[in-house]
Amino acid sequence: MTTHRTPGAQLSEYLLRLGDSTLILAQQLCGWCGHAPTLEEDVALSNVALDLLGQSRLWLDYAGSQMTPRQSEDQLAYQRDAEQFRNVLLVEQPNGNFADTQVRQFLFDSWHCLLLRELSRSSDAQVSAIASKARKEVAYHLQRSSEWVVRLGDGTARSHAYAQQALAHCADHVHELFAMDGLDQAMLHAGIGADLAALKPEWFSYVQQVLAAARLSYPQNPLNLDAGKRGQHGEHLVGLLMEMQYLARSNPGAQW
Amino acid sequence: MSEPVEGREAAFQQRIERGEKIESQDWMPEGYRKALVRQISQHAHSEYVGMLPEGFWLTRAPSLHRKCVLLAKVQDEAGHAQYLYSALESLGVERDTVYQELLAGRAKYLNIFNYPALSWADVGMIGWLTDGAAIVNQVPLSRSSYGPYARAMVRICQEESFHHRQGFDLVHRLVEGTARQRQMAQDALDRWWWPTLMVFGPPDEHSPHSRQSMQWGIKLYSNDTLRQKFIDQTVPQIHHLGLRVPDADLRLNEASGHYEIGPIDWVEFQRVIQGEGPCNRERISSRQRSWEQGAWVREAAACHADKASTAAALAGDEHAQ
Ligand SMILES: [Fe+2]
Ligand SMILES: [Fe+2]
Ligand SMILES: [Fe+2]
Repeated sequence: MTTHRTPGAQLSEYLLRLGDSTLILAQQLCGWCGHAPTLEEDVALSNVALDLLGQSRLWLDYAGSQMTPRQSEDQLAYQRDAEQFRNVLLVEQPNGNFADTQVRQFLFDSWHCLLLRELSRSSDAQVSAIASKARKEVAYHLQRSSEWVVRLGDGTARSHAYAQQALAHCADHVHELFAMDGLDQAMLHAGIGADLAALKPEWFSYVQQVLAAARLSYPQNPLNLDAGKRGQHGEHLVGLLMEMQYLARSNPGAQW
Repeated sequence: MSEPVEGREAAFQQRIERGEKIESQDWMPEGYRKALVRQISQHAHSEYVGMLPEGFWLTRAPSLHRKCVLLAKVQDEAGHAQYLYSALESLGVERDTVYQELLAGRAKYLNIFNYPALSWADVGMIGWLTDGAAIVNQVPLSRSSYGPYARAMVRICQEESFHHRQGFDLVHRLVEGTARQRQMAQDALDRWWWPTLMVFGPPDEHSPHSRQSMQWGIKLYSNDTLRQKFIDQTVPQIHHLGLRVPDADLRLNEASGHYEIGPIDWVEFQRVIQGEGPCNRERISSRQRSWEQGAWVREAAACHADKASTAAALAGDEHAQ
């Protein structure tokens, strides 16, 4: 779908993947604010959400600047329908219980860290600048989510079971993180994007190390779902966007 | 040690009158400690419960900029609850103990959070009016006689004044917007104005703890004085925005320079305080639900910490051998 498009259109499509994944995950974490197991965790989760939201705005703003006519971050966030979103499926999985949220976060953060490291070396100065800034924030996210995975996995029998269940579910959406489709290939060749497939061994060895400390095991035969980046999403994203976009859409043209 | 209690109390009162700060390790009359615990726990719970009505709008904020601002604000409120619960710990009160009081529905918190936040404009009203009222109440408390509380107030008030400005800015944007946005702002003001005036508490003649608290320097101005200060500073802002104060009796007394308001519905105030406000049950049950749903997480964390410290101790032993 992307091979015949102009470089600007390809770049904006690639940036949407980054902007949408961080936006949807931030939106999900907002749902925890005020409802976390402890006050400290309320602060921590909203901190992560705030970082991701800030990163998303930078990616979306850059994406919109490459479109004709130019699109603002809010037009992109509020006026697109689900099939126009380019986030990976992992981030749209429901919050579930605290283990579901932390395992989702852990798998995302561990990938996000490596991705940003690669993008910080991008030949596109703006991609490199955004990635370098975000990388510092995400290192802290990964530290926290790794600690939670260990606490939950190594905690009580119940928390262990919840963490293992969460892992079974989330692992179905890991394949997509490393799948290189036509757009990923084109961006890699242009020196802008990252070689996702090449990151997988390093990612897996880190994940295995944390899971060992948590006494958890990585699921045997996860599914290989990977359509989120191309705009094929699950039902949950539709509901999430309805909540997120309703107010903006029911007041067309309004400034907030 | 042998000094009689009356002597100590007199010395304590003199310290307060000299403007000295009382620190957690200092001797203090039991009544002073109790009054502080009452005031600080009420404040801590208000910060924590106050996250709920605004938190509801986080996932619904109509622009990414506003979502960021609101997220940062709600996070600040969680931080305020944290400092205040720690200030209570300095008085020997465990956080879990006071928190259980809240969950049991026995603790007080600001009544205003028992009203629903029904539109986006309410987010602006909470920031502009409720945080505005909090500032009027709390700026003097940064001179409170109890050191840990006074210091917490300095930091909290700086952040509350950001929230106040951001709330005003949100409402300002609405009144400059579409007819529907202006109406949203006016409706929200109509709903939040009177509950905000009640934030300052009952009139002085019915304020049971006020006089002693003023003598101890943990309350510096009376409820009515603070309420008047808030009215005088806020009414011109409302007019500036082109909004209408929902009070037919409101007038400026040219001689005194103060705004005079119509009667406050103290019957409603008492009713909401007694637990019959529109959201009392919802707020408490929301807090209970989060607490109960988080129980297995807290247990897991404690269990892992136990195992980790045992493992560390064993490793230490091996090292020593
Ligand atoms: Fe606060
Ligand atoms: Fe406050
Ligand atoms: Fe505030």
